[in-house]
Amino acid sequence: MAPIFEQTSEWNLIIALLIGIAFGWVLERAGFSTSRKLAGVFYGYDFVVIKVFFTAAITASLGLLFLNYFGVLDFSKVWMPTTFLWSTIVGGIIMGLGFILGGFCPGTSVCAVATGKIDALAFVVGITLGIFFYSFTYEYLWEDFREYGNIGNVKIGELIGVTEGVAVLIFILFGLFAFWLVDKIKKEYNIKDVEY
Amino acid sequence: MEDKSKKYMNPYIAGVLLGFVIMAAFFFSGEGIGGSGAFKDIVKTTVIDLAPKYAENSNYFKSAVEANESPMKSWLIFEVLGVLIGAAISAAFAGRLKLKIEHSPKISSKTRIIFAILGGALFGIGSQLGRGCTSGAGLSGMAVMSVSGFLVVVAIFGSGYLFAWFFRKLWI
Repeated sequence: MAPIFEQTSEWNLIIALLIGIAFGWVLERAGFSTSRKLAGVFYGYDFVVIKVFFTAAITASLGLLFLNYFGVLDFSKVWMPTTFLWSTIVGGIIMGLGFILGGFCPGTSVCAVATGKIDALAFVVGITLGIFFYSFTYEYLWEDFREYGNIGNVKIGELIGVTEGVAVLIFILFGLFAFWLVDKIKKEYNIKDVEY
Repeated sequence: MEDKSKKYMNPYIAGVLLGFVIMAAFFFSGEGIGGSGAFKDIVKTTVIDLAPKYAENSNYFKSAVEANESPMKSWLIFEVLGVLIGAAISAAFAGRLKLKIEHSPKISSKTRIIFAILGGALFGIGSQLGRGCTSGAGLSGMAVMSVSGFLVVVAIFGSGYLFAWFFRKLWI
């Protein structure tokens, strides 16, 4: 039963490298190595981020649901994050501002560095500086706040009181609506493409 | 002129492929994909190697010191190395390998670099507080349908839309 490798297995590092290669390849193919394309999602001229991101999340959540249902994957043995309401919201807000200023997120910046974008290299340097700052100010600024709003390992279905399957179905419908909406917005407001 | 957007993959096909990549990560290793975590490991290794005394007494580095194994031997470090390789291969085949500073014609290269560093720094801080970035906390979190994953995605994109107007000159 999956996961195939124990957490301590060295094989995981080889798998990680292969997964990373596939991840980087798909990101580059989708156009995620250019900040101007990524930023388009916030100005309405290119919604590729929404389309790729939510299609991936839907595919993975539906796939994992089926793998679990057919007894192939043991959900209790895979990574499942604890939800900390306040630190996640504030962390997300800081990251959103970082996205607008920098035009990348960490994964896409690494992808862009590999294709030769010097601005992405600057972003990567920034990430490292940011984590240094966080680590040196950890005790004074972040340590207590980081634990705020712990509601445990909650899944979205449990939160709204539906089964896992229904929750994934709602997610799929939401995704389809979002895909329709972003195309409509671009057409309705006649937003021009940006040259880059 | 050739339409640039044609050269990129259809976003829905790319999304499905990315979904399978995430599934494979869970299937083989029980792990999600990520981005910022690798930088955390690099910072931890650097500080532990250069200032072991400081690291021992710091609440942030203490657990990594006690684990007594290099944080560089982590899943995310190897995954991010893979991202570099995979993206470079893809760009090479598509003829997109090129050194450049990409920015809006309304700003200079220097402005672009300054804001890229600032943005990266904010992402670094935010990802530590929020326990992961767009991929690690958001994408992987949504894949396992955790509240945390959806929450962080709403917060990142919500905040992006909120601040977009103020910094529009950087992009359009």
